[in-house]
Amino acid sequence: MDHTTENMIENTEKILEVENLTAVYNTDAGVVHAVNGVSFSINKKETIGLVGETGAGKTTTALAIMQLLPERTGEVKSGSIRYRGDELLTKNKAEMRLIRGACISMIFQDPMTALNPLMTVGEQIYESLAIHNSNKTQKELEPRVDELLELVGIPARRKINYPHEFSGGMKQRIVIAIALACEPLLLIADEPTTALDVTIQAQVLNLMDELKQKLSTSMIMITHDLGVVAQTCDKVAVMYAGEIVEYGMLEEIFDPKRPHHPYTIGLFNAIPSLTGESRRLKPIDGLMPDPANLPEGCRFHPRCQECMERCKSGEIYQYENGTHKIKCNLMRKGENDGRAD
Amino acid sequence: MGENTVKLKVKKKSQAGDIWRRFLKNKTAVFGLIVFSLIMLVVLLADVIVSYDSALTQNIMDRLQSPSAAHWFGTDNFGRDIFARIIHGSRNSLLVGIGAVAIGITVGGLLGSIAGFYGGKIDSVIGRIMDTIMSIPLMLLVLSLVTALGNSLINVLLAMMIANIPQYVRIVRAAILSVVGQDYIEAARACGTSNLKIIVKHVIPNAIGPIIVQATMAVGTMILNAAGISFLGMGIQPPTPEWGAMLNEGKQFMTMYPYIVVFPGIAIGLTALALNLMGDGLRDALDPKLKD
Amino acid sequence: MAELIKTVDLKKYFKLSKTEYLHAVDGVNLSIEKGRTLGVVGESGCGKSTLGRTMIGLNNATSGEIWFEGEDLLKLSASRRKAYRSKMQIIFQDPYSSLDPRMSVFQLIAEPLISNKVHKSKGELVDHVSYLMEKVGLDQRFINAYPHEMDGGRRQRVGIARALALNPEFIVCDEPVSALDVSIQAQIINLLMDMQEEMGLTYMFITHDLSVVRHMSDEIMVMYLGQCVEKAPAAELFRNPLHPYTKALLAAIPQPVIGEKMNKEIIRGEVSDPINPAPGCRFASRCKHCCPQCTQADVPLKKVENAHEVACVLYK
Repeated sequence: MDHTTENMIENTEKILEVENLTAVYNTDAGVVHAVNGVSFSINKKETIGLVGETGAGKTTTALAIMQLLPERTGEVKSGSIRYRGDELLTKNKAEMRLIRGACISMIFQDPMTALNPLMTVGEQIYESLAIHNSNKTQKELEPRVDELLELVGIPARRKINYPHEFSGGMKQRIVIAIALACEPLLLIADEPTTALDVTIQAQVLNLMDELKQKLSTSMIMITHDLGVVAQTCDKVAVMYAGEIVEYGMLEEIFDPKRPHHPYTIGLFNAIPSLTGESRRLKPIDGLMPDPANLPEGCRFHPRCQECMERCKSGEIYQYENGTHKIKCNLMRKGENDGRAD
Repeated sequence: MGENTVKLKVKKKSQAGDIWRRFLKNKTAVFGLIVFSLIMLVVLLADVIVSYDSALTQNIMDRLQSPSAAHWFGTDNFGRDIFARIIHGSRNSLLVGIGAVAIGITVGGLLGSIAGFYGGKIDSVIGRIMDTIMSIPLMLLVLSLVTALGNSLINVLLAMMIANIPQYVRIVRAAILSVVGQDYIEAARACGTSNLKIIVKHVIPNAIGPIIVQATMAVGTMILNAAGISFLGMGIQPPTPEWGAMLNEGKQFMTMYPYIVVFPGIAIGLTALALNLMGDGLRDALDPKLKD
Repeated sequence: MAELIKTVDLKKYFKLSKTEYLHAVDGVNLSIEKGRTLGVVGESGCGKSTLGRTMIGLNNATSGEIWFEGEDLLKLSASRRKAYRSKMQIIFQDPYSSLDPRMSVFQLIAEPLISNKVHKSKGELVDHVSYLMEKVGLDQRFINAYPHEMDGGRRQRVGIARALALNPEFIVCDEPVSALDVSIQAQIINLLMDMQEEMGLTYMFITHDLSVVRHMSDEIMVMYLGQCVEKAPAAELFRNPLHPYTKALLAAIPQPVIGEKMNKEIIRGEVSDPINPAPGCRFASRCKHCCPQCTQADVPLKKVENAHEVACVLYK
């Protein structure tokens, strides 16, 4: 890989730019608008967190980047996805296959189902190496398999074991090893620790952080857990009903003194605090809208306590303050600046 | 919502109605139902349509005739009217086919439910017995049973039923197991529902889908199996009309004179198809997830 | 206040083979006062669910005592025990799999009422079901809906209505919000707390989520491999965790606050299965304070302060 030659532009190089991405699923029940005009970018070594609840379009965004949307139903309607300036949406299947794994790879939520139970973990790591190193023999790649296992904290001698001989946390480490086999520049992690226990989650998150430093990988971290975001991300995109409602640097999103989208505020208020003493939680009323039948105007307006008449239809004001962006009418020419509870 | 005095409408009783409505929405299932009703009508009105005698009367002069105004489906190698034989054969064939499946599924279903629901030792014992029965080839088992029990239609039915039980035990057991592991069974237990009620209200409704499909598919096979047995001289004997037997007897004339097998073949196929479509429709109608 | 339910040395072993037993619950002593909530935390496989299910009789206990309203349930005859069943209910983790997909909301909520023959007429039954639906905040228009037509939050409300139907006194909440989104999770937690206040319910709240358990509980019990390693009032446990495992557990929660980067006391290794466990502290193999004393004999729970108990040789 050619990371080292690019020291000069290192931290400003845009690894991935997603612009106005719109993706739908065509189902019998109608067109499901899963992602509606999402834009974000990732610099080298940066981690962006996509935060939101079920149905926010986080996973669809990831699958669209990988071009792994279900072929018959999923479809990218418009937008652009550029990997180091190279448009991915116009690539054909063979070209995409070269990019997947070698340049962008993905780890999924459930480590139990991501591994083939009939192959040893060594073979599985070797396999993903071999796809992108067809000129090398198994012998030549073997040391690399060992290296990868050691990298994720598993003794290399265990490569002859089958997935069922590992615990959940170790399986997720192996999945990470496979994803990192070809040293991708971008790793998409879809709820990588949701299926794991807290102490194991802490281990895996720590590991991912270490690896990121070591390999200078950029990362998209998909999660619903604001705690995980706070620990791992540099940038955050809060998603709701297929849109990014708030976007900014981690410090901006987590700074209670700054203005925020009502949904972001709601998300923070809904988490029981480990330190505070409030006896009653403040849930967000109502439910996620049906993605086949999204509300007009601001998607969040039916659940928003600050909802105004003009939120119910038409364009929604886009607030911008440096890197901090909020899609909300409340932010209109600073009339509500500083409001944050 | 409380102050609002709209009378609550609870559709509890009309669940059967719901199922029926969902069934009617499925066109292929309704088609199956119509075809099957027609077949049943033929069974009931066989004597009105054509006399039983004409199904047996041999007429050497008229043997192996093609369909004509006098013999709609032609005649067989003994000069018997194929149409009359198919009409009157329906009774025996349906009795054998549906009867064997129905009894098989009742007994097999019961054993399978017990094995699946209670598990443990009972499951192992039932499982081993069924494995033993399954290891004997079907024909061999039926033949030895009929030989032992005596040659009659009822005994053939009985033998075929016994031979079929393991298959149903397996399907039912697997279906039950997939349901018993679910949380809602434990939830029902937690709120004090008795085992019997759990089986009737939760386990069976959720497990019945694959069983219905298997059963409807088996009817056609059963009719053909019965034919195989009558060919070996047991069960329904010539000249009694029966579709499977007609197919068997007609085999040797098939190349020159296809009508002799085409019509009984169609009759068996149509019955199996109708039942199958109905079964599929019924399975879907029973599942509220697939409604509208 | 008087205690409602108490266990003494409760054990539940699962037989895996002739010689192997899984010690899912291994000698748990606890007591919950009426109207209070005991939080039970631990990672998967620590036996917290088994404990809850054993207490309400969904599992048969291997040995020990379960005292409820002054009677040892395990010594009662089956029929007398059944009478207590309706006073103890459970709310399940997964509102998707714990509701029969072929039953409507009415049938689901009516099931406990019908099974226990609470009502004589259909009219009474309908009234009761709609009363329960109102109570758990479920709109009446859902009365004929099927589970798959509702979202997770509403399904869990159905689950709660079922649990409340028989006017229980004790409810085991087995991870009731783990499968729900954060915003919905808060709605359900509030509902559970409202119900507790209104009906004087006693909860055993089982979860792996420490922030939820802190919010809900009066007292918290930390379990590790079938045993209780620490028990203390909720605020006390978070203020002053004593057991190394509790400390590690608390340190491992990612906080939604920046600046507090991942730390410090990440424990190594993973939870194993308590199959024929050797005597001694079960956490010893992962514990950095492990000393020979830890593996010699079982470490009993000891009172350190008023209500703070811990099973660790570090505290005498």
